[in-house]
Amino acid sequence: MRARLILSEVAIGLRRNLTMTVALVITFAVSLSLFGMALMVRAQVDTMKDYWYDKVQVSIFLCGKSSDSASCAGGAVTQAQRDQIRTDLESLRPLVEQVYYETSAQAYQRFQEQFKDSPIAANASPDALPESFRVKLSDPTQYAVIATAFAGRPGVDSVVDQRQLLDRFFSVLGGLQLGALVIAIVMIFVTALLIANTMRVAAFSRRRETSIMRLVGASDFYIQMPFLLEAAIGAAIGAGIAGLAMVAFKRWVIDGFLAPTFQFTAFIGWETVVGILPVLLLTGVVLAMVTALITLRKYLRV
Amino acid sequence: MIRFEDVTKQYPSQTRPALESITVEIEKGEFVFLVGASGSGKSTFLRLVLREERAGSGQIHVAGKDLSRLSHWKIPAFRRQIGTVFQDFRLLPNKTVRQNVAFALEVIGKPRSQVDRVVPEVLDLVQLDGKYDRMPDELSGGEQQRVAIARAFVNRPMILIADEPTGNLDPTTSVGIMKLLDRINRTGTTVVMATHDAAIVDQMRKRVIELEGGKLVRDQSRGVYGYAR
Repeated sequence: MRARLILSEVAIGLRRNLTMTVALVITFAVSLSLFGMALMVRAQVDTMKDYWYDKVQVSIFLCGKSSDSASCAGGAVTQAQRDQIRTDLESLRPLVEQVYYETSAQAYQRFQEQFKDSPIAANASPDALPESFRVKLSDPTQYAVIATAFAGRPGVDSVVDQRQLLDRFFSVLGGLQLGALVIAIVMIFVTALLIANTMRVAAFSRRRETSIMRLVGASDFYIQMPFLLEAAIGAAIGAGIAGLAMVAFKRWVIDGFLAPTFQFTAFIGWETVVGILPVLLLTGVVLAMVTALITLRKYLRV
Repeated sequence: MIRFEDVTKQYPSQTRPALESITVEIEKGEFVFLVGASGSGKSTFLRLVLREERAGSGQIHVAGKDLSRLSHWKIPAFRRQIGTVFQDFRLLPNKTVRQNVAFALEVIGKPRSQVDRVVPEVLDLVQLDGKYDRMPDELSGGEQQRVAIARAFVNRPMILIADEPTGNLDPTTSVGIMKLLDRINRTGTTVVMATHDAAIVDQMRKRVIELEGGKLVRDQSRGVYGYAR
């Protein structure tokens, strides 16, 4: 009885304010889509970090015949120096997870493969590419340990942390993440304002009913419930549309275009997208109900 | 049933208090006319009884409750003991007579069986049998006010507040409404009626409380409308 009455009030309210309801649903759809996008960008950057940081190495380049750094004054690296570096690296386990030695010939070969379609490849010679130790760290942030231990030591030309190169790239992505988040928050704020306004119009258009309800002693809960449900239903429909947009983006933009085009990195999986959907629904409905409640406290006072 | 002790009500935007030092007691089962010119404080008095406003100072007891200490969430339960009727009827135009009356019970969560039983009873009491399924705009003013009274009375309140219930009605129709309010009063319900209708007050010879400029200037049992007009 109660439930049926409340639901019929909700249906009347949604129909009476059809334009406002449509505006509310669309705003929710857009702002929650942006919010979902922000979450997806965030997850994507995390995925890329995992993927890349897992692959980054610290390279210890050894002195070749043509190296000109101070530590290479003694000429090309000697076998004794090479062995000593290897022993020292082994002694740094477990921080050092893997050590892989690459000769200049191997470096040259890899270079040729990487740049096989480029004229650079033809200009390079094996001598120009130094031999190196490729070190994989169990904790890539501990690069400084390797740098202090090996940089400047005789026979070592330079120590390069690939992670530092990546960090620059990720700081750009971090800006992107932040931008997406800011837009999403602004949109959610706009949505809250629209809910407040919708509730005000709804409360005004039903002021006869609510004033009688107050007079005959209906509780706040009973008076406000239809409005709250109205806002929540609008939010849920909007969240549904935003969810469809997320799924469509994953299916056609990520899986259909981005992933096959940019094969050098990983992309977020379905479990991330599916995980975002309930967040959108919850955010939308909670936002709608809280804003509605605050607004109604002002306009439907007992 | 209703007791005001030295009650003063001042609205923030006005220099003069709307009600000043009002002390009055209305017993259970009384029929009281509240008279006075527009702006004399009648509406404020009724709003205070309904706890739509709070007194600035002084104490108000209604139906055994100290209104200054009535917490916000208890107001709905308190209002269920009071029925209210207005000059402009305030019926819902998109509901039938029966639905308008039933609405008052439905929104306080009464079960359907009770609603179905009680609504026809009270519609018979106000003599609207046969018009249950009319819409308000198909009824005369007097009939609409009967629906409003039925709605106010359907939950059997202890107090019925009527704010100029005959203000929009012609004298003949008004007499019918007054007979109805008198009948409701005889069931033991306390009736407080604000009015400008001198003829009715003079004819009914009930207790008259007169306000002027926010002050109580007359409290007379079996009184007449007064000398002001």
